[in-house]
Amino acid sequence: MILFDQVSKRYPGGNEALTKVNFHLHPGEMAFLTGHSGAGKSTLLKLIALIERASTGNVIIGGKNLNKVSRHTLPYLRRNMGIIFQDYQLLYDRTVFDNVALPLIISGFSSREVKKRVHAALDKVGLLRFEKKYPITLSGGEQQRVSIARAVVNKPALLLADEPTGNLDPELSREIMDLFMAFNQVGVTVLIATHDIPLINQLNKRIIQLSHGQLNQDQKLSDQPLTSGEV
Amino acid sequence: MANSNATEVSSVQLRQLKPKFSSRFKEFFVRHLQVFFYSLGLLSRSPFSTLMTASALGIALALPAGLYVILDHASQLSGDISSINQISLFMKKGLSEKKIQDIQKKLETNPAIAQVKHINRKAALKEFQDNSGFGDALKALKDNPLPDLLIVHPSMTHSDPQQINTLLEELKKIKQVELVQLDIQWLQRLYAILHIGQRGVLIIGCLLALGVLLIVGNTIRLAIENRRSEIVVMKLIGGTDSFIRRPFLYTGFWYGLLGSLIAVLLVNISLIIINDPLTHLSSLYESNLFSLGLMGVDISATLLLSGCLLGLMGARIAVGKHLKAIEPK
Repeated sequence: MILFDQVSKRYPGGNEALTKVNFHLHPGEMAFLTGHSGAGKSTLLKLIALIERASTGNVIIGGKNLNKVSRHTLPYLRRNMGIIFQDYQLLYDRTVFDNVALPLIISGFSSREVKKRVHAALDKVGLLRFEKKYPITLSGGEQQRVSIARAVVNKPALLLADEPTGNLDPELSREIMDLFMAFNQVGVTVLIATHDIPLINQLNKRIIQLSHGQLNQDQKLSDQPLTSGEV
Repeated sequence: MANSNATEVSSVQLRQLKPKFSSRFKEFFVRHLQVFFYSLGLLSRSPFSTLMTASALGIALALPAGLYVILDHASQLSGDISSINQISLFMKKGLSEKKIQDIQKKLETNPAIAQVKHINRKAALKEFQDNSGFGDALKALKDNPLPDLLIVHPSMTHSDPQQINTLLEELKKIKQVELVQLDIQWLQRLYAILHIGQRGVLIIGCLLALGVLLIVGNTIRLAIENRRSEIVVMKLIGGTDSFIRRPFLYTGFWYGLLGSLIAVLLVNISLIIINDPLTHLSSLYESNLFSLGLMGVDISATLLLSGCLLGLMGARIAVGKHLKAIEPK
């Protein structure tokens, strides 16, 4: 699903955020991306989400080399990923329902489909009763769950999350992580950048550790499945 | 646990959810309609600033439109006069009624002439006394100072300047004719002035159209700036450029429509204000009552259409320039 092949990223000004990173995340796999602040976690996620482009090397997502994706086709690729941010990135002048519906509206679903799927997604994150509320009236944990509902509403094959629990207390963080685990259970590939080491140590998933832009440790679990060469 | 996970993974088809083509086709129009009214709703949320911008557009559009309406009426008025295109023959004094009638009959046989009308000097004096207000002063005159007058209408087939000139030469040769007068020069001058006026309106119109583009463009630029975070979110979840562009284009359209509606209103109010004194003035000249009336349907429609187009174009230019600069970071 995600393949990094000798990927380096150098920002204008000479700061090298990633240096020759190699790793392979299989379809249906779930992994945590850790490392100190500035280790390159966010940069790595941005390369996958096409917010940034690799300076050298190849990033291949679902069999597509991102170096060859044009500005024009980029939106269609992003529709295949659900992206979750530390600061939720919700639209505060729209209701919870409208926020979650946005990816479906962009793809051109009918109003009936939109309603059905938004309700399903909100139900999954346990916020169905808040659909008519505005995000600003919700707590941080609830807002994050709205953003997760938005990320999964069009059933993407890949979920990316950048410090999704960064603003939440341990109990809420665990709830959010359980949600990600549940999506992974039904086959979604999940990659989560976090520095909440105690939490991820409980979860028994693959941990990719970055240090100063280089892959420090790729702790594959012995019992983690390595399916055929699919990417 | 992980092994059971593996079997699940392989059994689940990872395929992105896509709407049916027919649904996407239909939804395309439904969404357009929604965005169409959504953008109007956004404008109505800040009625004061919307009205300010629309008024600026309205004034910019009203100026060339108003001038055009006035110019249009003026050329219609002169059009009426030019169709009259008549030649006045002032006869020598002391000719008998019979002689004048002979000349009139002879002229009427000329193929270059459609009609000849005789204005009797006595009748002319009577009319002048009745209408000019100099009645008493004229009664004091011993002789009637007015000559007999033959008014010659050239036929439609002989109305170009060359033929009129030939006819004039012929008429001048009649020895009972004192003076031949064709008042065409002032008409030519009027046309020349109107022509300059038309060019002026064209220049003003172009400049103000550019002004409308700039006003709309700047307003849309501000709207884009205000909704930067929303645009970033849209781009992150896979919104195409055209999807993100759409509400801004419709906003431009609404500004154009509102602006041109205000322009139609302004022009018509101005015409109503001008009409009264204008009718009064024309009644003082004893001419047929001349009035500008209201804006014609065709001119109003043209104004509305060009307003909407200018709004759309201004928005398109601004969006094309500023949307690319906003990317998720």
